Amino acid sequence: MSEKQSPKTFLPNEGDDSGCSCDCGKIEAILAKYNNDRGRLMDILIDVQDSQGCVGKEAVAKIAKVFNMSKVDVVQTLSFYHFFSQTPRGKYTVYLNDSAVAEMMGRDEITKAFEEEVGCKFGSVSEDGRIGLFDTACIGMNDQEPSAIINKRVFTKLTKEKVAKIVKGMKNDFEVEDLPCTDVQDNILMQGPILTKDTEIGEAVRKAVFMSPEEVIEEIKQSNLRGRGGAGFPTALKWRFCRNAPGEKHYVFCNADEGEPGTFKDRVILTERPNLLFAGMTIAGYAIGAEEGILYLRYEYKFMEKQLEEVLTNLRNKGLLGKDVAGKEGFNYDIRIQSGGGAYVCGEESALLESAEGKRGEPRDRPPFPVVKGYMQQPTSVNNVETFCSVAKIMHKSAKWYRSLGTLDSTGSKLVSVSGDCERPGIYEIEWGFTVQDVLNLVGARNVQAVQVGGPSGKCIAPNDFNRKLAYEDLSTGGSIIVIGKQRDLLKDIVMNFLDFFIEESCGSCVPCRAMTVQYKKKMEKIIAGKGVKKDIDQMLSWEKVMLMNRCGLGQSACNPVISTIKNFRELYDAKIQKTDYVSQFDLAAAVKESCKTAGRIPNLGGNHE
Amino acid sequence: MNKILITIDGKGYLVESDKTVLEVARENKIFIPTLCNLQGIKPQGSCRICTCMIDGRMMTACTTPVSNNMIVITKTEELDKLRSNIVELLFAEGNHFCPSCERSGNCELQALAYLYKIMVPEFDYIFPNRNVDATHPKIILDHNRCILCKRCIRRKKEAENPTWFVFKNRGDKVQINFDHELTADFDDEMAQKAMDTCPVGAIIRKEKGYDVPMGKRKYDKHPINCDCIKCKE
Repeated sequence: MSEKQSPKTFLPNEGDDSGCSCDCGKIEAILAKYNNDRGRLMDILIDVQDSQGCVGKEAVAKIAKVFNMSKVDVVQTLSFYHFFSQTPRGKYTVYLNDSAVAEMMGRDEITKAFEEEVGCKFGSVSEDGRIGLFDTACIGMNDQEPSAIINKRVFTKLTKEKVAKIVKGMKNDFEVEDLPCTDVQDNILMQGPILTKDTEIGEAVRKAVFMSPEEVIEEIKQSNLRGRGGAGFPTALKWRFCRNAPGEKHYVFCNADEGEPGTFKDRVILTERPNLLFAGMTIAGYAIGAEEGILYLRYEYKFMEKQLEEVLTNLRNKGLLGKDVAGKEGFNYDIRIQSGGGAYVCGEESALLESAEGKRGEPRDRPPFPVVKGYMQQPTSVNNVETFCSVAKIMHKSAKWYRSLGTLDSTGSKLVSVSGDCERPGIYEIEWGFTVQDVLNLVGARNVQAVQVGGPSGKCIAPNDFNRKLAYEDLSTGGSIIVIGKQRDLLKDIVMNFLDFFIEESCGSCVPCRAMTVQYKKKMEKIIAGKGVKKDIDQMLSWEKVMLMNRCGLGQSACNPVISTIKNFRELYDAKIQKTDYVSQFDLAAAVKESCKTAGRIPNLGGNHE
Repeated sequence: MNKILITIDGKGYLVESDKTVLEVARENKIFIPTLCNLQGIKPQGSCRICTCMIDGRMMTACTTPVSNNMIVITKTEELDKLRSNIVELLFAEGNHFCPSCERSGNCELQALAYLYKIMVPEFDYIFPNRNVDATHPKIILDHNRCILCKRCIRRKKEAENPTWFVFKNRGDKVQINFDHELTADFDDEMAQKAMDTCPVGAIIRKEKGYDVPMGKRKYDKHPINCDCIKCKE
């Protein structure tokens, strides 16, 4: 950050030569709160960031000393996450969503409004250190964009007028809770078997714990339930592997790191049906033999943390968590919340576990799989929020009931998050087997150019594929459906946005993911600028194989925005390219500009360059 | 130790069951290219160059344990093309000027580029603006040449805490970072060890170099996949 951006007003020790900008006593208190446990580094960093506005040098030194780590090792974790910073980000930090749908809904105007009202550019902090403006990847509010997070609170459907009011409030030192214009809506527009409130939570849990764990797993197996995160791994099989794996302890993890742009169904479950989720996690704990369940909650959803804690307390009071859960002697089980720090890749299960251990969220090599060696090297089952909800319903209503829904290979229902160019964006719970066109009809989408199914890592499909089914055996989706109208420039507005997303969110470990995404962007820029040739398109297609060498799903699918649009919208590419074999990219004037400036020469660009 | 049967490139081998595919291949003088792998430190599978077809799937040889009846294909035209793409990506991503580099002729990246006969990468050079950190008394860290293989990071990690070398940031902004205070008393031996851990010329000793003249360095006369007795020592 440049000199100009460093804040003046809100540094407690301003002018102190030591450069200490942190309240050291407070940091010690935070460390003590987590019992000086190295494994809770994420929580410690979050609390320090929240209370100090950054994790500065002094804080890093203090944390390093207590954990007998090197300072650079603390920075190694902290610099990985989007919401941690080594330099102050303001008393109020505005994170404005920059997802493709936010752009569609007029983010540009909101960006300008913030910059004008605050008086600084995005990526910096106001002169007085009061307000910081930053971009952030999809915050799970695609149904109410443009939206932003300010000090963990979410502000939706922003307009110029709302921005003016919010900034005025921040300038007048309002508490974040008192800032105007915030209302996250659930937008549940179609309820199905999961969202329908017909399950008494205690009953579902009791039913499970008075069966044997093997019988519970068998029941889930009979339901043919598959993971709802997108990959579709059979839940019962995962549990069985985990249960059978030897270890000192077994762990249940709920993956609530819903980072796929355009997905927000977990947000709605977490705020509207948390009891169902926790019941599912408890049943899972019983089935695999765990005593601890951990909900890994993405940082963007911290606004709901307090409410979730209350729900957990309530469950403990009812005897549905804690000792002898639901009256089952010897079944002791509790759930805690672990926050993330802002990293899409942590939605990958092994990266999620690394993060939960207080490390960089880099996916692990497999084997061993998390079911054998997961959290703290112990057998761990990581399941999606929606999967757990399905589990609770299945236990309550039976596998047979569940199997009667959906298709043969994709049983049950699916919550889809629909956003983009449609009249009614929101949550729709559909049975597997619905076609894309069915969904488009539900949401009131007309003049549709394309539909992005499964987010940026999924597929971009054209109207001739709208009769395809949403199902594991056809179009698989973790829940994101983005409708793209005919008025959009698919390559510029969508593909480039997605590529930027993948470049930003790569963990940087595998070579193809780190380096090839940048190459894809360069090629796309060339094509969009009208300087591409057919060979450029062929090369991009051939690079897909290299991307498949990456370790995790993020890396393997990071080229999908390009590949699927080339396959389904080839005409858009063909219209942009030159019909020759070669177009020179070399710009002599630009190449010699700097050297001429340094030498004080006027470049001679005429005629023969030799 | 239990012996199990695996097939590598059509030939059967009876091997110990606690080995990785790469270890078994090396024991049997089968060349699989590597960059982020260094014998004696825990493999991590980040460069992906040792990717083989293992039971029909692309998997890294350095991290995949052998299993009974496993079928491994280490070399096909397509695999070599993909590997060569990775080498090219590394050249395009960093700033690698071999003629001026102390490690030229001793560099694993350069040796692989020769092996795959890379002339001009099919990728755009990024020419990133990277720093050279020469503030340490014993070593120079040249980020321009770093291929982010993490060998320096992993070497120390296993020995003891706290770690000296680490990663910083993520995505294309990722870089190696090291603790100057903890390494302040590096002696010549430690500095040499750090340099030897690096497959390229990113970690270089200060005030020391060019002991072996160009032309007489490791890969100057023998390619990286050479299986002559001298190279296998």
